[in-house]
Amino acid sequence: MANLLLMTGVFIASFIVGTLLISKVPSLLHTPLMSMTNAISAVTILGALILFSVETSVVEKVLGALAIITASFNVVGGFAITDRMLRLFKEKRTNEQSPY
Amino acid sequence: MIFFIDVAVIFALIAGIWQFREPRQAKFGNLTAAGALTCAFLLVLYRHEIMDMGIVIASLLVGGLTGFAVARSVSMIQIPAMVAFQHGAGGAAAFVVSLVELTRATNTLDEVSEISGVIGLTIGAVTFSASMVASAKLSNRIRQTPHILKAHNYLLSIALGGLFMVGVSSFYSSTSDMALILYLVQILLSVFWGILFSIRIGGADMPVLISLLNAAAGLAASFCGVVTGSQLLIAFGATVAASGSILTHVMCKAMNRNLFRVFFPEQKRPMDIPEKDERSSTLLSAPASEDAEASAVVQGLKKAATAILNAETVIIIPGYGMALANAQMNVAELAQWMVAMGKDVKYAIHPVAGRMPGHMNVLLAEAGVDYDMLIEMETINFDFRYTDLVLIVGACDVVNPAAIDVENTPISGMPILMAHQAKQVVCCNFDDKPGYSGVENSLYKNCNTIMLPGDAKKTINQLLASLSDQQHKAPNVKVSALYLMDG
Repeated sequence: MANLLLMTGVFIASFIVGTLLISKVPSLLHTPLMSMTNAISAVTILGALILFSVETSVVEKVLGALAIITASFNVVGGFAITDRMLRLFKEKRTNEQSPY
Repeated sequence: MIFFIDVAVIFALIAGIWQFREPRQAKFGNLTAAGALTCAFLLVLYRHEIMDMGIVIASLLVGGLTGFAVARSVSMIQIPAMVAFQHGAGGAAAFVVSLVELTRATNTLDEVSEISGVIGLTIGAVTFSASMVASAKLSNRIRQTPHILKAHNYLLSIALGGLFMVGVSSFYSSTSDMALILYLVQILLSVFWGILFSIRIGGADMPVLISLLNAAAGLAASFCGVVTGSQLLIAFGATVAASGSILTHVMCKAMNRNLFRVFFPEQKRPMDIPEKDERSSTLLSAPASEDAEASAVVQGLKKAATAILNAETVIIIPGYGMALANAQMNVAELAQWMVAMGKDVKYAIHPVAGRMPGHMNVLLAEAGVDYDMLIEMETINFDFRYTDLVLIVGACDVVNPAAIDVENTPISGMPILMAHQAKQVVCCNFDDKPGYSGVENSLYKNCNTIMLPGDAKKTINQLLASLSDQQHKAPNVKVSALYLMDG
């Protein structure tokens, strides 16, 4: 029971902190934000790893490998694409802008 | 101790998101988050003895390298399809992990874990199939218009009821074989439900769907964390769920849609009106076949060029039509030309321009536009009345004054960009037909609106040619020099 309370607490605390932080993100960065959180959601890779912490049957090996492949595709691809995207955002260029 | 290390890793993740408030720091934020995830990964490796290291490493390499290669090669217009596909991959991982944990004979789960496992299995499988459909729609592998079956809502409700029944009965199943069969049925049913759910959603509603799937992927990860007993998984998943929920809310507000109505539309929506965005394939032949029309086009171009030359303040409103015509570079070139002429040029970005939240900003960033020229709707809406010229490129519903003036249309009450308040409007849309909402755009008929129908890329190029032509007649050495330097 204590375990359930702890897990619920962790969920709620993270959700609230996430909400507070993410509502501060300007809409300019919403696409990179979603792309990054998309990569974070592949944190299931930890679960897939834990699958291999005990003796596994053949079916479990196959499924576990499948989970690791899909999750690592998601996590690596997600962070890489976010990085690429953020590198595109440039500040004012060298040429003069009209006074505003 | 373990708890505090976990908290430290979670804080690292939060620090990563914290840096997303500012474009300059966001890059480091992304790296910080990636670092936090790597730490979590190493922690799990350290805490658990991994039996089949070979399989783990091989799978990591296969998945990771594929992900990296794909991420390197996609263009920015494909980002929504790519993100949707990755959501699907994450969902698949979540339901596979839940399935293995649930059916594994070597460990006995308590009730909480078992319930979470079934929920994780369901949400993961729904996310998987719905994301695959969304991704296929976004990359035009299947038609973007809504596919509506007869009694679609009833089918969805029945399947939902079925999901609930099977889920509950798997919990009470007596033998493990029975439970396994029920889990597999649950997965199939979830996949079916996900397809049914997302197949009905049209192209312009994609930003809402993709945000919701983001939240669902996070939620699935969280439930997965309960089954595997990993607080890190729960916390990371919850953060993603929070992010997805906020973006869903923002998108719904910007489209003036109730979340429920996006996903469960009334069956009699006016869907027979062809969607504006879908006509990209037929863009090539602009309606300029006859001489009279051709001369009208030339007249329009001349008028537009004069308007641009005379304007001091210009706001550009890009829509998804611009991306479909692949005219970002040309628009950016035109904007740069105007900046070089000493004009004040800004871009007005509607929150739902594009196919996912903030998509337009990325598309313009790719075209080399500085991000401080991209202004959000709330900020720029005050400026339109003092603006000499508004240049609309492939946007319709987001500038339709009917959202304010007319009641009982699908867009009534939707926040729009106040283009109609500007002194003059030049509109480079494909045609003057209504946009996705099917509501006539009264802006097109205003006397101060110059319509330049046709492929936006072609139109902008013609406009540029016409502008430099007019400029040669009245040469301005300083400006030309500046422009040459830029080019």
